[in-house]
Amino acid sequence: MSAPETSTEAAGHGDISTGVAAPTGSGDSNASATRITPGNALRPEDIALEVRTGLAKPTEDVAEYALRLGDDALILAQRLGHWISRAPELEEDVALGNIALDQLGHARSFLSYAGGAMSNEDGTAKSEDDLAYFRREHEFRSVQLFEQPNGDFAVTIARQFIVSYYQFELYRRLTESTDETLAAIAAKAVKEVDYHRDHSAQWILRLAGGTDESRTRMIHGLRLMWPYVNELFQDDDLTQRLAEAGAAVAPSSLREDFDRLTGEILTEAGLEVPDVPPAPGGGRRGRHSEHLGYLLAEMQVLAREHPGASW
Amino acid sequence: MAAQNLQSVPAELFPDEEGQANFDRVIAQDSRIEPKDWMPAAYRKTLLRQISQHAHSEIIGMQPEANWISRAPSLKRKAILMAKVQDEAGHGLYLYSAAETLGQTRDKMMEDLIAGKARYSSIFNYPALTWADMGAIGWLVDGAAICNQVPLCRASYGPYGRAMVRICKEESFHQRQGFEILLELSNGTPAQKQMAQDAVNRWYAPALMMFGPPDDDSPNSKQSMAWNIKRFSNDELRSRFVGMMVEQVRVLGLTLPDDQVRYNEDTRKWEHGPLDWHEFQEVLAGRGPCNAQRLERRREAHDDGAWVREAAAAYADKQRAKQSMKTKEYAA
Repeated sequence: MSAPETSTEAAGHGDISTGVAAPTGSGDSNASATRITPGNALRPEDIALEVRTGLAKPTEDVAEYALRLGDDALILAQRLGHWISRAPELEEDVALGNIALDQLGHARSFLSYAGGAMSNEDGTAKSEDDLAYFRREHEFRSVQLFEQPNGDFAVTIARQFIVSYYQFELYRRLTESTDETLAAIAAKAVKEVDYHRDHSAQWILRLAGGTDESRTRMIHGLRLMWPYVNELFQDDDLTQRLAEAGAAVAPSSLREDFDRLTGEILTEAGLEVPDVPPAPGGGRRGRHSEHLGYLLAEMQVLAREHPGASW
Repeated sequence: MAAQNLQSVPAELFPDEEGQANFDRVIAQDSRIEPKDWMPAAYRKTLLRQISQHAHSEIIGMQPEANWISRAPSLKRKAILMAKVQDEAGHGLYLYSAAETLGQTRDKMMEDLIAGKARYSSIFNYPALTWADMGAIGWLVDGAAICNQVPLCRASYGPYGRAMVRICKEESFHQRQGFEILLELSNGTPAQKQMAQDAVNRWYAPALMMFGPPDDDSPNSKQSMAWNIKRFSNDELRSRFVGMMVEQVRVLGLTLPDDQVRYNEDTRKWEHGPLDWHEFQEVLAGRGPCNAQRLERRREAHDDGAWVREAAAAYADKQRAKQSMKTKEYAA
């Protein structure tokens, strides 16, 4: 399912998750710093190719599920990308940019795969860009947490903290999906999301234990985001069918680990789980908060000015 | 930050004569000066100015491109652009670190930038108006930067030269992605091609001016060349750059907005039409299209992030205090 592994390609590429050089060679000056070892992970382009050539074909249910996860990651990437050149410290421009890039990569993979079961008017499979740029607000399937505005740095960290602990539990289990493509995307994503967990947990501790102001802001950030936690763990007919088939994970089954692990960090930070009423959600059915429309208007404007153009 | 550990050995610890002799020998051998070596005060000052300006240029230079991350017209382009702007933050970090080895803290350099006391490349005071500007900035601006920076990999100051090696590798990747954006647009719809040509028209002259004033009007160049910091004159580098662009613009199917570009067989150099040096001086003096906007954005990010940096520092102090309490308990 991934690019064929050849000895020349493998040489010099390290495993990006550990930063360790590949055992087969070192010092390859042509080695890419951003591409991880072929065979260990697949790129969105690999998935798009498999979809085009018919090697990978999701069922309608799997496609809908992939669309949900792809939309989550895409909307978050769009939010996080705004921090680049605006972060509190240069190191955070790099870190938040990295997380945004990881999320965008996951989104591209999920959307490329989802498009395999959805066709354009001319009968071709929908591409990642067809799905990202030419759907309307109510056609997006992301849950509402992801579209919440960045706020200050503490709000962004609160959102990221929830997201990364949720995504880690989700992707960890999805690596065992009976759908090989979902499993492969999850296998790549889970390693990256593990770093996102570390990044957000460290900041929760720093902001909660830093100054009075940072603690107040951190508590406020968590209170703002926590109403959207519930929606992450809601089951519906689709997830139930897919979970029974072994292709996906019932969202509700992630809740216990999420609560335990986020609880450990919050306890260490001397914080409490915010006591706030949950929002009803509805993103999986296309019901969004007021924020998504603006985000999409900005994201889609140029592509829509030039329909059919290639970039 | 950790700059106090990085500060060079104060000059007075060395007898100047011995230090100067060593410095002269290193320069004559075209070898490298390292942070702990004695160096003339003027050499230190020149380098500090150049490296910090270079770092500031990377940081301010993130803004025109960050302006298009949210609107990139395909997800692949969005990913590439994010990675590119992120690289620029990384370049800023290496360069501030290199400058810190000369005894200046990053905080101070950042303060100077925000206070409008430090300069950065004036090219970034022009606006990025369309998506094609992402192509033109990559192709022309990063292309000019590479011409300037490849010789800096051999700069006599070790930390600077080494930082430039890595930066140049990434810059060449950036230039190719800019070229690719323009190529795609040029082969696209008439509206896309028009967008590409318009961007090249707007960025061409400012890119040529990135090499600095003409040689007869560049007072610092001579000394920098004598110190092996700078290897080629402004005009020499500009001419080489024009030669490269002439070839590449043909492949793009676009034109340069300069009908006086020609190869002079006698001087064996590429020549170009007149540049508006008055405009250059105006932008440099703070009267460019985006000077106020760029500085304000940097100031805003810095001010908005102050509480985060304070929190991180306070947390680190508390952790250190806890650690030393533990150590004392063990000792007792």
